Amino acid sequence: MSEPKTRRRTLPAGSSRASAQETTSHGSSDHSAGRVAVRKTYKLFVGGKFPRSESGRSYVVTNSKGGFLANAALASRKDARDAVLAARKAVPGWSGATAYNRGQVLYRIAEMLEGRRDQFVAEVAAGEGLSAARAGVSVDAAIDRWVWYAGWSDKIAQVHGSSNPVAGPFFNFSVPEPTGVVAVIAPQRSSLLGLVSVVAPAVVTGNAAVILASEQRPLPAITLAEVLATSDLPGGVINLLTGRAAEVAPWLASHMDVNAIDLTGVPADLAAELERQAAENLKRVVRPTTAEPSWTDEPGLDRMLDLLETKTVWHPVGV
Amino acid sequence: MAERAAETIRPRRGGVFEYAPAPESRSIVDIKSSYGLFIAGEFVESIDGRPFKTISPATEEVLAEVTEAGPQDVDRAISSARAAYTAYWAPMRPADRSKYLFRIARIIQERSRELAVLESLDNGKPIRESRDVDIPLVAAHFFYYAGWADKLPYAGFGPNPRPLGVAGQVIPWNFPLLMLAWKIAPALACGNTVVLKPAETTPLTALTFAEICQQADLPPGVVNIVTGAGDTGRALVEHQDVDKVAFTGSTEVGRLIARSVAGSGKKVTLELGGKAANIIFDDAAIDQAVEGVVNGIFFNQGHVCCAGSRLLVQESVYDEVLTSLKRRLATLRVGDPLDKNTDIGAINSAEQLDRIRKLSEIGEEEGAERWSPPCELPDRGFWFAPTIFTGVSQAHRIAREEIFGPVLSVLSFRTPDEAVEKANNTPYGLSAGVWTEKGSRILSIAQRLRAGVVWANTFNKFDPSSPFGGYKESGYGREGGRHGLEAYLDV
Repeated sequence: MSEPKTRRRTLPAGSSRASAQETTSHGSSDHSAGRVAVRKTYKLFVGGKFPRSESGRSYVVTNSKGGFLANAALASRKDARDAVLAARKAVPGWSGATAYNRGQVLYRIAEMLEGRRDQFVAEVAAGEGLSAARAGVSVDAAIDRWVWYAGWSDKIAQVHGSSNPVAGPFFNFSVPEPTGVVAVIAPQRSSLLGLVSVVAPAVVTGNAAVILASEQRPLPAITLAEVLATSDLPGGVINLLTGRAAEVAPWLASHMDVNAIDLTGVPADLAAELERQAAENLKRVVRPTTAEPSWTDEPGLDRMLDLLETKTVWHPVGV
Repeated sequence: MAERAAETIRPRRGGVFEYAPAPESRSIVDIKSSYGLFIAGEFVESIDGRPFKTISPATEEVLAEVTEAGPQDVDRAISSARAAYTAYWAPMRPADRSKYLFRIARIIQERSRELAVLESLDNGKPIRESRDVDIPLVAAHFFYYAGWADKLPYAGFGPNPRPLGVAGQVIPWNFPLLMLAWKIAPALACGNTVVLKPAETTPLTALTFAEICQQADLPPGVVNIVTGAGDTGRALVEHQDVDKVAFTGSTEVGRLIARSVAGSGKKVTLELGGKAANIIFDDAAIDQAVEGVVNGIFFNQGHVCCAGSRLLVQESVYDEVLTSLKRRLATLRVGDPLDKNTDIGAINSAEQLDRIRKLSEIGEEEGAERWSPPCELPDRGFWFAPTIFTGVSQAHRIAREEIFGPVLSVLSFRTPDEAVEKANNTPYGLSAGVWTEKGSRILSIAQRLRAGVVWANTFNKFDPSSPFGGYKESGYGREGGRHGLEAYLDV
């Protein structure tokens, strides 16, 4: 399975895929420019660093036509546990940062992403089999999504919090708070826009996240990690793993120091079992929809609210 | 030091503050000898259930025979709820739904004394609590959510929030009618119909609530009450035609429910156990704090999921707090729930008493020091004297497990950081208390406590407009307030 596939594929006439680029993520310049390109090693992103899988394993990532793109790290149980540890360490600092500060960091991510737009367009086009134009639309939407969520950081508490008119001499208010460490099984199809659409709402409110990227299309996630590493995002707030959902997700679902799990990218047959495992410490569970959501729609608040707790504080009013 | 303090405390009961008995008359309640199930607006005979008895925990007298609903009974109740959902309740004008809920609230107020006496009889809680806390909050809860029924588009869940369908609701025995109100009022306001199972030891006020639904002319099937124990509850939450599961009870059962609904797509809210820390700083108003601690753990015999069962006292005021606390405990009156002077009533069941006794024995075995005021307990019924454990470490089971009884574990701390760390050192996260006169400290501690409700310079306060629910293994979802609507809307 690991050798590049050269078998010709017939595409339906008029299919948009007919115009898909034949490039790999390393660009078509691999030979044509008369120079041997320097390829990137795709590793994990844990605690702000880029380790290989402790297991020493990797797996072959191909483009939409089966051509070799890269070897991605094949994350293990230990990697997942290390990532949870890193996320837990990051929770106090990140959740304790001001909402203004978190908003600026998310906006900074958008800035960094914009600067590397072309690289992402090439990777998304290769991995998802899109034309450069359609990949560009998707990458633009991903950039804009960071901006959209950046703005929510200091507004969600006003929209979702309240002061409550209790029948007695008390001041009573409710505020949303991050639930803590969130595990996310990222969407399988939309490798960047889908990924950003589940990661940004998890972290904007102060959670730290462990993300398992799309199994077949993990490369934009790791390139995104390079963006995150240069965006003033504290190490450990977002940890990105690449590997098999069937292997890694159960360790995240059953981990006793994970507070919530987003199963968006999990196939239906695996989702029920993961939800059962998540019950062990009563994780908050975001269930998958039957089909992958349309990521171009405006997201709404659900993904943020699903990963927030509500704290209510009482104090007597008197002299 | 603690030993000597204890010896200087004179028992007050039978001493200088002798009170004459002041029992509330039970003639106001008319308990039937047996009850069927309330399905489709009528009390019906069970198909495949069997009768069981509900007793007064204060006297062990049999109050009535009720029905343990079988799977077919549950199925019938759910069909009735489904039919009512489709035919009446979902299509009804929201303003009319609202008016039914206002009607119910009014009837609860009209029959409040009857409901209070019945609650105290069946549950064992002091009449002062059922009369002044439980039943008024029940009426308030229906009033609050009645007003939401025709205002849902303004609740922040989109312009046209939809109900979920049929809700299966399972409630505990500690606040029988209040938990019913927390479940039924928001469910109905949002346009759902319900099948509710009260706890097996406290079914009577729920069955009286069924009569109230009849008096209110609530369309048949909108509210169905199936009595029974764990098997009935399981049949209800696992039924395929239930769209929403709401449960209040132990974390252990909550876990089972979360597991059993996995993959079903049913919306779930769980309000589970707790092991709340009540933190007293050295600058607190000590007398008020001690009152709050007593209210925090001895209110409702400690049968409160958010009870302040771990007292954390700053070392510099430890002796002062303990002395004051013991003096106050010696004045608590344990006895007849219907007596208006009673502070602590009966433990709800023999089973619960057994659990409290066992965990208390374990507390002693693990090396904590046990203390109770001199206290005469009635010969019949289930009773447990208010108890304090000192010298408790965080590893002790009495500091980790929910005892759900009038048992307080006392720990100490030196710094605010240590207090927060100890308070959060639990898989639970339902509630917490903080006592200090320093405003900035209140806000900073409240922010750092991982708990859904934080009471500052007060404890165990509830209100229909105030969201309630836990972090971590204390469950998920909120009940009360605008937040409480989300549990019953398709959002």
